[in-house]
Amino acid sequence: MPKHEIILLKNMMEPGYTGSLKDYEKAGGYQALQKVLGKVAPADVTTMVIKSGLRGRGGAGVATGGEWTFLPKDYQGPKYLCCNADESEPGTFKDRQLMERDPHQVLEGIALACYAIGAETAYIYIRGEFVLGSRILDKAVAEARAAGYLGKNVLGSGATIQIHVHRGAGAYNFGEETALLESQEGKRGQPRGKPPFPATSGLYGKPTVINNVETLANLPHIVNRGPEWFASIGSPPKSAGTRIFCVSGHVKRPGNYEIPMGTTLRELIFEQAGGMRSDKPLKAIIPGGASAAFLTPNHLDVKLDFESVAQAGSMLGSGGVTVMEEGTDMVWAALRLMEFFHHESCGKCSPCREGSSWLVQTLRRILAKRGRMEDLETLVQLCNNIAGRTVCAFGDAEVAPILSTLKYWRPEYEALIREAEAHRAHELPMAAMRH
Amino acid sequence: MLQEKHRTEIDEILSRYPVKRSALLPLLYLAQREAGYISEEAMREIAGLLRLTPPQVYETATFYTMLNLKPVGKFHLQVCKSLMCALVGSDTLIGWLEKKLGIKVGETSKDGLFTLSKVECLGACGTGPMMQINDDYYERLTEEKVDRILADLKRDGASALKTGPFMWPEPNGAKQ
Ligand SMILES: Cc1cc2nc3c(=O)[nH]c(=O)nc-3n(C[C@H](O)[C@H](O)[C@H](O)COP(=O)(O)O)c2cc1C
Ligand code: SF4
Ligand code: FES
Repeated sequence: MPKHEIILLKNMMEPGYTGSLKDYEKAGGYQALQKVLGKVAPADVTTMVIKSGLRGRGGAGVATGGEWTFLPKDYQGPKYLCCNADESEPGTFKDRQLMERDPHQVLEGIALACYAIGAETAYIYIRGEFVLGSRILDKAVAEARAAGYLGKNVLGSGATIQIHVHRGAGAYNFGEETALLESQEGKRGQPRGKPPFPATSGLYGKPTVINNVETLANLPHIVNRGPEWFASIGSPPKSAGTRIFCVSGHVKRPGNYEIPMGTTLRELIFEQAGGMRSDKPLKAIIPGGASAAFLTPNHLDVKLDFESVAQAGSMLGSGGVTVMEEGTDMVWAALRLMEFFHHESCGKCSPCREGSSWLVQTLRRILAKRGRMEDLETLVQLCNNIAGRTVCAFGDAEVAPILSTLKYWRPEYEALIREAEAHRAHELPMAAMRH
Repeated sequence: MLQEKHRTEIDEILSRYPVKRSALLPLLYLAQREAGYISEEAMREIAGLLRLTPPQVYETATFYTMLNLKPVGKFHLQVCKSLMCALVGSDTLIGWLEKKLGIKVGETSKDGLFTLSKVECLGACGTGPMMQINDDYYERLTEEKVDRILADLKRDGASALKTGPFMWPEPNGAKQ
């Protein structure tokens, strides 16, 4: 048994737990909703969330309660909550587990958030490939509605809370909040320029809050056990609570591990995930999903909290931790990620659309031993012309793998290019003869 | 015609949204479920239902990788090729599948049963190599497992090796 307390994955770790309404109720489910609905003022629920120090688990790490207060006060029309269940950052697979194994925990979190912000309708925007997850959620919504936890006049409080599951249809950047809204509205999923921010003009032009699945799943626990309790876990004040880290790559036991923030990368990789899968030593770590900069074994003592990982030059991002062993070709790894970004670019802005294509081509050329030393400058220049110059944060994300592998493993790029040059020196006379 | 066959479901879908156009993806999915792909005729019908122009529907439909505008095989095998799966052997998996099915990525087998595609991350990175076949995920694949899956699909149209509600490591493992 791990020594620390497990919060979000606790229920599903019990043998025989099915995630049904009955099981969830038996484990204390929906008590938070009963505790606040019609009894605690919505604004006080928001205050509780602010006090807890909860920050978004979707990538950006925005203070959740604080974000809610940006909604216009005294607004009379409809407001919306969107649960971001797009989970499409390579390396991340925690929301899928939360939804498929304990769907009511997510629904209760959504209901609490709806109550706090005064939204009568919430949509769970789930990535299209999660067919099983969307069926499980549909069934859970029906169960909760039949039991009076959702629908009209929830638990006799007069509040209406409707939750609908909306399936996406493939592509990464729908996880970006404004692209998600466009997609939900039945359009091409391309991000919107900001401002206006979703808090004032979001879904259907109405005030909207967008929160990640894991963020929302924390809410019932904060309400039940109090913000002080939550704020004491992890590495407060800035990184309170646990996080589910999704470990992938060359470890013995890949998978989802919930640990308090502030735990070191070393402990996550070598204790939780069982260490390296073979006798090859560790070479590289991506600490926060595909858009986070690569780190090296020198960073093993970095604490997994928002600030420490940022200080190390990367980001905690979506919690996807990928481990690579010695022998992994870093140019190849950067190319694999770059191909992903190129494929998923929505095409709205030219630096991202054209730049990603150039980056892929240049990396392919280097990897195929046809590169030139100038290519390395070109890569850096392209990256600098993408980051910070695009409509959405995808532009910043896509350059991280290249810039960080160039920073730590530049000799690998150079070795490939030197081979290319040796080759060319050999070939030139032949080429000259052909002309 | 979708409307005649699925009136209740369509009405239920429309009732979820204050703005009709939001029902576009759910309706396109319905059309795809019906025919295996989305025909122009279906797109025209959906445009009519939502009071959109056919180009508006087409423009949206072409943006989404999960919507098939052309017929695909009875079983659409989509192998994740993104980095995390590639680290644990997705390229090898693609090789086996090409050999076993006698087709290349992007092709459909002659009997119309299998279409093989390479796709980007499917949110199963800790349990790679993996693939999605129609609605189901198949994870931690080995050559032997792939053989069984293909045989199951051919014989029964389904395979028990698909992933159920996801959790990894499995509860007992996590408790060690
Ligand atoms: C390109 C891109 C992709 C994103 N993908 C996701 C995603 O798949 N899931 C998610 O929850 N947030 C994703 N985000 C972050 C969202 O835009 C947003 O910050 C988040 O949903 C807010 O919820 P939170 O505060 O609870 O984290 C993405 C952001 C960007 C720029
Ligand atoms: S940065 Fe890329 S993904 Fe984001 S809006 Fe521009 S083109 Fe689209
Ligand atoms: S990298 Fe293959 S499922 Fe994520």
